Amino acid sequence: MGKTLLRKIWDLHTVRRLPTGQTQLFIGLHLIHEVTSPQAFDMLRRRGVHVAFPERTYATVDHIVPTLDQRRPFADELAEQMMAALETNCREFGIRFSDLGTDRQGIVHVIGPELGLTQPGMTIACGDSHTSTHGAFGAVAFGIGTSQVRDVLASQCLAIDPLKVRRIAVASALGPGVYAKDVILEIIARLGVRGGVGYAYEYGGPAVERMSMDERMTMCNMSIEGGARIGYVNPDETTFEYLAGRPFAPAGAAFDRARAWWRSMASDPDAAYDDVVELDGSAIEPRVTWGINPGQSVGVSERIPAPSDAGADGGAVGEALEFMDFTAGAPIAGTRVDVAFVGSCTNARLSDLREAARVVSGQRVAGHVRALVVPGSKDVRRAAEEEGLHEIFQAAGFEWRGAGCSMCLAMNPDRLHGREVCASSSNRNFKGRQGSPTGRTLLMSPAMVAAAAVAGEVTDVRGMLG
Amino acid sequence: MSTTDSSDRRIDRVAGTALPLRGNNIDTDRIIPARFLKAITFDGLGEHAFEDDRQSMRNHPFANPAYARASILVVNENFGSGSSREHAPQALKRRGIDACVGESFSEIFLGNATTIGLACATAAAPDVEFLMAAAERDPETPMVLSVDAQSIQAAGRTLALDMPVGVRESLLTGQWDATGLLLDDFDAVRRVAAGLPYAAGF
Repeated sequence: MGKTLLRKIWDLHTVRRLPTGQTQLFIGLHLIHEVTSPQAFDMLRRRGVHVAFPERTYATVDHIVPTLDQRRPFADELAEQMMAALETNCREFGIRFSDLGTDRQGIVHVIGPELGLTQPGMTIACGDSHTSTHGAFGAVAFGIGTSQVRDVLASQCLAIDPLKVRRIAVASALGPGVYAKDVILEIIARLGVRGGVGYAYEYGGPAVERMSMDERMTMCNMSIEGGARIGYVNPDETTFEYLAGRPFAPAGAAFDRARAWWRSMASDPDAAYDDVVELDGSAIEPRVTWGINPGQSVGVSERIPAPSDAGADGGAVGEALEFMDFTAGAPIAGTRVDVAFVGSCTNARLSDLREAARVVSGQRVAGHVRALVVPGSKDVRRAAEEEGLHEIFQAAGFEWRGAGCSMCLAMNPDRLHGREVCASSSNRNFKGRQGSPTGRTLLMSPAMVAAAAVAGEVTDVRGMLG
Repeated sequence: MSTTDSSDRRIDRVAGTALPLRGNNIDTDRIIPARFLKAITFDGLGEHAFEDDRQSMRNHPFANPAYARASILVVNENFGSGSSREHAPQALKRRGIDACVGESFSEIFLGNATTIGLACATAAAPDVEFLMAAAERDPETPMVLSVDAQSIQAAGRTLALDMPVGVRESLLTGQWDATGLLLDDFDAVRRVAAGLPYAAGF
């Protein structure tokens, strides 16, 4: 019986079995940012412990970065304090840092791949739940908390329990106007927001194999929204092509050796899985969330469910409808939006911006809608500007901002106000997520956000793509 | 480097009253909204636990003075889903919560809680309901949770609890703060690092 990629990587990185029964797992790449690391460095200082492998940690700043005025010191004193702490910590402990002043700053899950730091066969940890994104490369990547950030800094290891593997195979091809975001929202709707607890999700099948790396990252990014701490795609030619020439990827003969090893780390054809789920990619339509967790979504042609619907968790549906102030049985299309946000580690890469720009090209954002595009990194922003995407967005009435997490979680000045409804390409529609305790989030693909911005309401983007 | 003495950190028994918090999928954004993460310490997080839910929901148990001194939080399914922010269990711990009993927990939350010595255990749905009802009927109902026995005593009954082996052992041996343990055999760490093709530049 063959092995899964998860098992191969796990075995290779296992240091020993701890007396507690957990695995001591070596972490090949540790990514850090300003929000979940300062306390970890303070704990190291208090204990007089140094960073064991500083060359295996890489830092950036993303959550608190203002996307309009980035001059230092920041207007927000707390944000400035966090920024300064990360600068001091990286300097003191000898950690590489894509600081705001460099051209490599951006959301941690965007810059890791784009710099070639993220590679197949690695274990990757970061104090952020969307670290599952990096699994798109065939890495075992997962989010951790601050005390675990301390553990990785001190030892480059974690004490962790192994996971089961569920293979999710997406057959056939996606229709036009249907994206990786729609597939992952469908998967979470089907398996539930806690269906993945205890599992790593392996995504495969023809629809996934055809996806670009950007799309695979979108899929893996939202694994955690389905309860799966890890999501991954087996590495293939698409992966290797993406990595070739990246600043931290191997080059020349080393790249050829790396490619052979990367290929060997993919799940074996006869690998045993703890569970297998299959779905038909051609049956998926653009999806939109109507509730307060990412599992609460419908196809854009469908209606908002009722608490009494068969199979529905009535209490959860009722609570969501009350918070959203939506009517059971109403079509989701036509829901008025106040804000349109294209951004986040889920959907702010170059191909996401291209798809959104295709929709808004020659159009105007509806008069009552506040719309912004926040590129995932400075590199994405620069590449988009080289293609003129910023001009398309600005001509349509979108604001064109600097790179960061922005309105996905509103730790910078970008936020919802009051009861605003936001069409968002981000990953969480939790109560209060976008900065207003009563604000409302509708998750969808970047193209669907663009369509909603223009129409002023939720609308099927397939009618707007030529 | 040798393991620091962990015997004084052993956690077996949590005795106190309970705080019942009903609902599935209570995410970490609700436990501690992101704006309170804008700080370089965990200080003061306790007073902001469930800040927005306390404002917007009627009779939120975290706003009820009857549960102000509770040390055992009782929850339903998938508690602590979403963001990996350790600020969530930190806020609970600083609010006085030493143990959580629920139908299920998000994995990242469970890991974070364990690393700060906040004991989380699962119980069958009817048993969770029994504990919630007992605490709602009388907030002063005493409860005793045993990590070793994997049980909780309340209102005349002893209910079975479940914990992953690693979590249970970490708490019982006081090694939930894993740094010392992970540094115990650093030669083995170096050996694994040296065997990784990517660490050697291929």
